[in-house]
Amino acid sequence: MARLTTLLPRGVSARRPRLWRGAVLACAAAYFLVPLAASVVFTVDVPGKGLSLDAYGQIFRADGFTSSLLLSLELALATIAVVLLLMVPAVVALRLGAPRLRPVVDIVCSLPLVVPPIALVAGIGTVLRWGPEHLAATPFFQTLVAIQNPAFPVVLVLAYTVMALPFVYRALDAGLRAVDVRTLTEAARSCGTSWPRALVHAVLPNLRGALLNASFLTLALVLGEFTVAQLLGFQPFAVWVVNVSGSQAQLSVAVSVLSLLITWALLLALTSFGGGTSRRAAPRRKE
Amino acid sequence: MTDTTLAVPLAGGDGHRTRAAGATVEFRALRRAFGATVALDGLDLTVRPGELLALLGPSGCGKTTALRMLAGFEHPDSGLVLVDGEDVTGVPAHRRDTGMVFQSYSLFPHLNALDNVAFGLRMRKVGAAERRARAAELLELVGLPDHGSRYPHQLSGGQQQRIALARALALRPRVLLLDEPLSALDAKVRLTLREEIRRLQQELGITTLFVTHDQEEALSMADRVAVMRGGRLEQCATPAELYARPATAFVAEFVGTMSRIPGRVVDGGTVEVLGRRLPVDGEAPAVAGGEVDVLVRPEAVRLSHDPAGRARVVATAFLGAVTRVTVTLPGGTPVKADLPTESAAALPPGSAVAVDLPDRPVLVAPRAA
Ligand SMILES: Nc1ncnc2c1ncn2[C@@H]1O[C@H](COP(=O)(O)OP(=O)(O)O)[C@@H](O)[C@H]1O
Ligand SMILES: [Mg+2]
Repeated sequence: MARLTTLLPRGVSARRPRLWRGAVLACAAAYFLVPLAASVVFTVDVPGKGLSLDAYGQIFRADGFTSSLLLSLELALATIAVVLLLMVPAVVALRLGAPRLRPVVDIVCSLPLVVPPIALVAGIGTVLRWGPEHLAATPFFQTLVAIQNPAFPVVLVLAYTVMALPFVYRALDAGLRAVDVRTLTEAARSCGTSWPRALVHAVLPNLRGALLNASFLTLALVLGEFTVAQLLGFQPFAVWVVNVSGSQAQLSVAVSVLSLLITWALLLALTSFGGGTSRRAAPRRKE
Repeated sequence: MTDTTLAVPLAGGDGHRTRAAGATVEFRALRRAFGATVALDGLDLTVRPGELLALLGPSGCGKTTALRMLAGFEHPDSGLVLVDGEDVTGVPAHRRDTGMVFQSYSLFPHLNALDNVAFGLRMRKVGAAERRARAAELLELVGLPDHGSRYPHQLSGGQQQRIALARALALRPRVLLLDEPLSALDAKVRLTLREEIRRLQQELGITTLFVTHDQEEALSMADRVAVMRGGRLEQCATPAELYARPATAFVAEFVGTMSRIPGRVVDGGTVEVLGRRLPVDGEAPAVAGGEVDVLVRPEAVRLSHDPAGRARVVATAFLGAVTRVTVTLPGGTPVKADLPTESAAALPPGSAVAVDLPDRPVLVAPRAA
């Protein structure tokens, strides 16, 4: 702390950067808040009738609000679980066992950024429709049907996992960079811990920030994803928003504002959940 | 915590492992190559029960690799690692029963000092109360009883290595492995921690392998020092013997300071150097023309002020009670001599001196290229 304060410029010179900081902050705030405020005003200001929350009321009364939101949340949770279970061991193994494979994994994990979702969904659609008659009675076909169950479309989880790869990989990679994984696992193993347990007890707790980041990005991605879900014919929240707001201008803006608030609330919840655990482990200074 | 557990902190408890019974460790013809690099090239070494053996050698000679073989993090291409006569090469690292302190800071950043020490016990499902008590004991043992609630980033480098030592001892390992644990610390901390490690090791009677590239560290701490070079053992002996009777020229020059003075073997057992004939210690190397280097320690070289002398003082370095004087012989060969500081005052740089050696057998080595 002492070092930080001595680094800060004192007196008059401190005022100048503060002024700049204020200006930059104000610009950024205006950029984000003005359109937002305008949207809010537009939704609550009914011409001739004054202020009314009627537009928001319509949303909650509209068919499918709860079910689509729940579906999106379930999809997000499942995607986070799958992508983390897949990527954490992979990234750690990459670091410990095969650092030379790094460029390959780098490229593979960047592919989803290059391949547009529309191409992805076209591919998935083709595979799903491909079900020759003579396979109709086999478990293969039943699997194809099961993963398209509209109540919980596993196929969307699979697609979202692929789409989240680049973000999750980068977040985890950045987190691992700050941790000496080899020494930590070896220290744990010399303390009588087997390899997998060393990973869980010595490495993962030090990746909390990275895991949280990865979950964040995945959550935001799944909540806002429209193309794949729409084209495969499912109705999670983003698709529902577009469908319900189609004709009414005021309602559509209200839905946007609401979905923004919901996303914020979820991210906030995730932060406080992660922050809560990190505060428990955070340094308790004695001095 | 009762008084008895404090007085005998580690030897008790298990019962089957008592102070006197440290483990024997043997490396037999260990070989390990990383691609084209041969890290270990047939290493043979035995560590006796309860002794502190220092593995000494220049950087890259395979010390860490040897240690990691014993810890189970590395596997030999061929050869055996025996602990108490049993081959452990197939035993996974977490069942090797070795405690290790690493060169880099290796405490778990998310755990405080106490939980770091108790980590192994927690993994072994030792009850919370018992493991806290035992971790507290160990913290006391390494001299940091009040630092249990600190996190690694709140501890100095020396404190972190003490905690790491406590953590390594928590499971009462049969062998303690230390891989240059002091090399990241500053000189003063290094000295105190050196003494403390030695005291602890003797108190516990635990067989210990201590890797270092610092000869002073090795000589001052170890019961025996094993000097390695290029993946092989050069010599394994007590510090005094290593210093006084190095088996090879490499050991002689790596351990302590040596000057090389050109000389000539006149017959099998005598060498002519600085105009005198001295007996050769051990075998004289068979070289054409008998051209050799005589190896001398600075404390063995005698200098006297002599206007007719053909050697010149080029530098003096004050070391306290003694001053190290560097002179050059007529051929340009530098020779280092330690003189009492008061007599060195009479020899400022540039003065002419005569160089003499005591009448004792000397080590000779083939002439350096
Ligand atoms: N995992 C590894 N991969 C490739 N080369 C290695 C590896 N570990 C050690 N080496 C090489 O083996 C040699 C011995 O290394 P090491 O045992 O660490 O030496 P020391 O500890 O004595 O400095 C060095 O040349 C080093 O580069
Ligand atoms: Mg090393």
